[in-house]
Amino acid sequence: MTEILFMVFAAVAIGGAIGVVAGRSPIASLLFMVATLASVSGIYVLFEAHFLAAIQVIVYAGAIMVLFLFVIMLLNLGHDYQRDVKTGLWAILAFAVTGLTAGILGRGFLRAGDISFYDRFGAAAAIDQAIAEQGAVGVIAEPLFTDYVVAFELTGLLLLVAIVAAVVLAKPRSAEA
Amino acid sequence: MLTEALFVSTLLFVIGSFGFVIRRNAIIMFLCIELQLNAVNLAFVAISRFVGIEGQLYVFFVMTVAAAEAAVGLAIIISIFRHYETVNVDNFNLLKW
Repeated sequence: MTEILFMVFAAVAIGGAIGVVAGRSPIASLLFMVATLASVSGIYVLFEAHFLAAIQVIVYAGAIMVLFLFVIMLLNLGHDYQRDVKTGLWAILAFAVTGLTAGILGRGFLRAGDISFYDRFGAAAAIDQAIAEQGAVGVIAEPLFTDYVVAFELTGLLLLVAIVAAVVLAKPRSAEA
Repeated sequence: MLTEALFVSTLLFVIGSFGFVIRRNAIIMFLCIELQLNAVNLAFVAISRFVGIEGQLYVFFVMTVAAAEAAVGLAIIISIFRHYETVNVDNFNLLKW
């Protein structure tokens, strides 16, 4: 059952990713992206990362993609498609570079995918037990607010800076004169 | 299932980087960056299942950074669009040479 679900989610994710790249209008790309994000969150569930799956749907597919949609509709980019795909030498170069990336990543991940290597961590059982004891949120929250609390606070600072930067950058130019 | 997940992650990352190089629409390029971030997140989650919960924390931070990046990036796109009336990055060559 898990395997079949995984295959379905993986197929939708990859199909959606191809749709993002091949989509004619930004709206079509965006909707394909939402499909990809949703199915990636399904894969998260299969790996027992329930909190991240929820966050993926709420923050990514919900908030970030809607932000993109706002911008597309604000700028009225939904129609009058102009061809924006690079061709010729550039496309060949892109194929070569991405093919090389795929090869390097594939080689590394082929080794990383050997499950028997991870047996000494015994993490799968430990995570399952922690989820049973603390719940799906508690298991993330406990290290987040103890070992990683500095990073967490810095994240808040980053978001504040990003908000200010976004407001300043998107402000109409006439306002500053 | 780990190998398959890493395979999916590789494929998503490669499709994302290919799209980033081949498309010239700034919004679609941003979506391709999000695709790459998601591929990395997927690899983190898949491996964290077998190594420890920390991988999921990294995914949490990556998502936050992605949100910040999207906000700033879209603000830049809006400000550029106001100036050039297009989002095709081939038209923004003032700083290129």
